[in-house]
Amino acid sequence: MTVTVKTFTSSSEAAAALSSDRNARYLGGGTLVMRALNEGDISISTVVRANDHALTRIDPSGPRITLGAGVTFARILGERDLAFLHAPARSIGGPAVRNMGTVGGNLFAPNPYGDFTVALLALDATVALQGGFGSRDIPIEEFLQSRERQAGTLVLSVSCTRPASAEAFRYRKIARIKPKGGSVITLAAHLPISGGRVAGARIALGSMAPTQIRARAAERALEGRSLDAATIAAAGSAAVEGTSPSDNALGSAWYRREIVGVHLRRLLLGQE
Amino acid sequence: MAKTALQFRHNGSDVAIFVDGGTNLLVALRELIGDMTPKFGCGQGGCGTCSVLIDGELHLSCLTLAETVAGRSVETLDSLKQGPNLHALQRAFAENFAAQCGYCTPGMLMAAKALLDRNPSPSRAEIVEAISGNICRCTGYEPIINAILAASGGRVSA
Repeated sequence: MTVTVKTFTSSSEAAAALSSDRNARYLGGGTLVMRALNEGDISISTVVRANDHALTRIDPSGPRITLGAGVTFARILGERDLAFLHAPARSIGGPAVRNMGTVGGNLFAPNPYGDFTVALLALDATVALQGGFGSRDIPIEEFLQSRERQAGTLVLSVSCTRPASAEAFRYRKIARIKPKGGSVITLAAHLPISGGRVAGARIALGSMAPTQIRARAAERALEGRSLDAATIAAAGSAAVEGTSPSDNALGSAWYRREIVGVHLRRLLLGQE
Repeated sequence: MAKTALQFRHNGSDVAIFVDGGTNLLVALRELIGDMTPKFGCGQGGCGTCSVLIDGELHLSCLTLAETVAGRSVETLDSLKQGPNLHALQRAFAENFAAQCGYCTPGMLMAAKALLDRNPSPSRAEIVEAISGNICRCTGYEPIINAILAASGGRVSA
């Protein structure tokens, strides 16, 4: 099956082409769209690309970092200033996939993929979008909730605030195959500490719902408390609330519900 | 549907082909250029046997839109041997029994080359990481890791 490939030099032209054709898909690193084409996905009739350098820009320094949607995981791993994002970047694919897969594409990756997005969700990232209507910034959580309707918009970049310390941001991907494998559960926690107490806890989970979600009950259990054993146990017990995992080849929904609290507790305790 | 003209460097030689829209690089290499060394495995990015180097970087040719390599350099397994002489990695694979059915070997060799090009004496852990995107269903990973260690002058475990 052949498709029409449209390549633009500016992201706004690409966004216009994308929004005017419901059967168009934006091609980033290829790990999602080329896979769909290889599998004979007839819903794609046009592939849109942009060679806009702004899409591959990294602004890694300062308190707020910005990653162009076309930035690959290999490039993040090459940035010393982005050390807090190295664990999620390294947890994706093998070296070839990390050389190809992009931050923007990961926002659309279905289960059991999309691990980097779990980290971005815990970091309260902002997604910059360009549609036929112009550009706008939306919170990543809102983006994920409306992901199915975002096909006609182009993601330009994501940005987030750098965690105050290495301790304040934690990430873990539970996979059956190491070092590469799809996610059984992916967890990320951002735990800013103010006066010895957690202030603004964010817990994000992957593979626990159709999209990446926040574990709000666990966040509430942590908020305003010191990170002691009782608080961590309460957060672990609350982790499963609001989740709706599915069965897949890597694990059953039942198994995911059973273990999500265990892994959150280990993450918060800093255990291996 | 109109075809797109595509020029790139293939194993050091300039090539020019016409591709259909949506053609992946693996199909372009095998069917249009006749280089059968990269293999089709899964078409999903899960197995790694279609691995090639694009401008020296390891990529999966089945997930690469062919026209994105315009003007770039693509290296496949076919670039490794020089005349009748096998590449050190190929010799090490042969000497260490690192190929059984052989279907994963092209991807394994390219992943190993990508590693050794930037890290000539990797640790065992670095080798495991480097071939983590390549699946061997004969489960011959140990001889493969040993072969890459041998090619890099490292100590091979029994």
